[in-house]
Amino acid sequence: MALLSKKDANLILDPLADNNPITIQVLGICSALAITAELKASVVMALSVIFVLGVGNVVISLIRNIIPSKIRIIVQLIVVATLVIVVDQVLKAFAYELSKTLAVFVGLIITNCIIMGRFEAFALGNGPWKSFLDGIGNALGYGVILIIVGFFRELLGSGTLFGIKVLGDPIAKTGVYAFGYENNGFMIIPPAALIVVGIIIWVQRSRNRALIEEN
Amino acid sequence: MSDKRLTLKKRLHILKHRYRGKKMAPAFNAFHTFLFTPNETTHSGAHVRAADDLKRTMNTVILALIPVLLFSFFNTGYQHYAAIDAASGSPRELMFFENFLTWENFWLGFIKVMPLVVISYGVGLLVEFIFAIIKGHEVEEGYLVTGMLVPLIVPVDTPLWMLAVSVVFGVVIGKEVFGGTGMNILNPALTIRAFLFFAYPTWMSGDKVWVHGAVERAGTPDAISGETILGYLAQNNGSEFTYSVSDMFFGFIPGSVGETSAFLILLGGLFLAFSKIASWRIMVSAVIGSLVMGLIFNGVVEAGWITETSTFYGLMSFEYWKHLIVGGLAFGIVYMATDPVTGSQTNRGKWIYGFLIGFISVMIRVFNPAYPEGVFLAILLMNVFAPTIDHYVVRGNVKRRLKRLKKAVVPVSTQEEENLKVETV
Repeated sequence: MALLSKKDANLILDPLADNNPITIQVLGICSALAITAELKASVVMALSVIFVLGVGNVVISLIRNIIPSKIRIIVQLIVVATLVIVVDQVLKAFAYELSKTLAVFVGLIITNCIIMGRFEAFALGNGPWKSFLDGIGNALGYGVILIIVGFFRELLGSGTLFGIKVLGDPIAKTGVYAFGYENNGFMIIPPAALIVVGIIIWVQRSRNRALIEEN
Repeated sequence: MSDKRLTLKKRLHILKHRYRGKKMAPAFNAFHTFLFTPNETTHSGAHVRAADDLKRTMNTVILALIPVLLFSFFNTGYQHYAAIDAASGSPRELMFFENFLTWENFWLGFIKVMPLVVISYGVGLLVEFIFAIIKGHEVEEGYLVTGMLVPLIVPVDTPLWMLAVSVVFGVVIGKEVFGGTGMNILNPALTIRAFLFFAYPTWMSGDKVWVHGAVERAGTPDAISGETILGYLAQNNGSEFTYSVSDMFFGFIPGSVGETSAFLILLGGLFLAFSKIASWRIMVSAVIGSLVMGLIFNGVVEAGWITETSTFYGLMSFEYWKHLIVGGLAFGIVYMATDPVTGSQTNRGKWIYGFLIGFISVMIRVFNPAYPEGVFLAILLMNVFAPTIDHYVVRGNVKRRLKRLKKAVVPVSTQEEENLKVETV
């Protein structure tokens, strides 16, 4: 027996591909540009958003019938803010160095359009289980892109993955550096993330032409 | 009929028919039209037959670049040997026929510069061919000029693989993404240059890369200097350097491969302007723009707002007109800013576009402490704004004509005027 019904499975799988929050809806771009220079930061950011969006969607879904619609944005903000502060404090307690790399961007998860977007578009109109799946799915879709971008930027920009020197040591000239290879400084700066995201969008749309907009 | 009696052209033509409709057809057709005029004629409609097609236009620009390329061979060699002489304590006096126009210089320059040209064309055309085959359209001539510009705007010791990576990036992201030749927003050659600059700054700036051999000799007893005039001015405030004005004008100075000789670039610019390939408006206004900015900086120094303790003093006090004969400004204005695809299209727009290129180039040059050169950034910036400039020029023209229409003797019905307004918005 399948763990999830087909409809439920689609809630998770759709945002991973054909309804990806970054490449299709083009939301959450700021953090995708800012923190993807290192793979580790991308992974932590992805995990944080998975936590915030998964829990947040459930909370909003549970209280959806008692939120007065006039102040719902404020209520949503309070929920996100609470969850983000939890993430921030956990990071500061257990991964201080990393929290410094992520700097203000953990706090800025509050303003990540994907989160408010899912609250408004999904959690306010669906039950907790469905909202949970939707939250996880969208956060995963976001995370996957972050990790792909982070992978290429760290590999090409610094020659490392998770801080491990996979291409050799640029100072001691081992590995590929012995052949005159040099790290690509362009990949470190944020515009490179924009171009990598652009290439992902390009590849995705040329594989699935239904995604190409009219005009 | 035996094969031997067929001419090359005939054989290619037979092959062309055999390839028709096949996947590799665009690649084959590219070779064919590169060698011969295509022998197909259009069948319908009225057509004006003109000799100055895209290929002819491109070839004219390349023709204008040949003297610059030849000069760069000699200058590359000359700068290398002159730097060695200077480092060994006996600086050489420039004598055009005795120690500049020599086989030794030419040969060194040839073996250093030609690989750049070959890589640039090889990689760039390969990307073009691949895209033509994927998209199933004909190979476009767009890369012919870019491929020649690229080796001329990089330092001579640029590693070849870096150039190859940058060319792939520049052609794909700078051009093919937008739909190929004629559709690009940014000048592909400058996209390649900008990518190189941001990706590998140690090879693109500083005081070593501009003369062949300075990088590999760095740190050894044989170390030589490879600094440009602008680099020197950015580091040293106002003290004298050894290059005379005529050295700068004729190009016996270190710099990117083909940018040094303002004289040959001027000739190329005149050639392009008189053959109406490049816009003289852009060139003239860019020169004016850079002179104005240079004068402003000179004025600031005159007024005493900037003193010798300032990091900007060296470049700000540099006489305004000398900006035109050092660095890449002249090359950029003549060969890059005038690109008809990425530049402004309207005449009034060209004046604004050119002026701002010159103006911003000199500004970036002075204020960018890490890299005292700004022409490529200025042109890329104005490439982005060129459509906006054109838009407002066209709108301004429409407004003026509407106003004239109102004053006209024959009164126009309000309905017609409304129609005109609707059409033009």
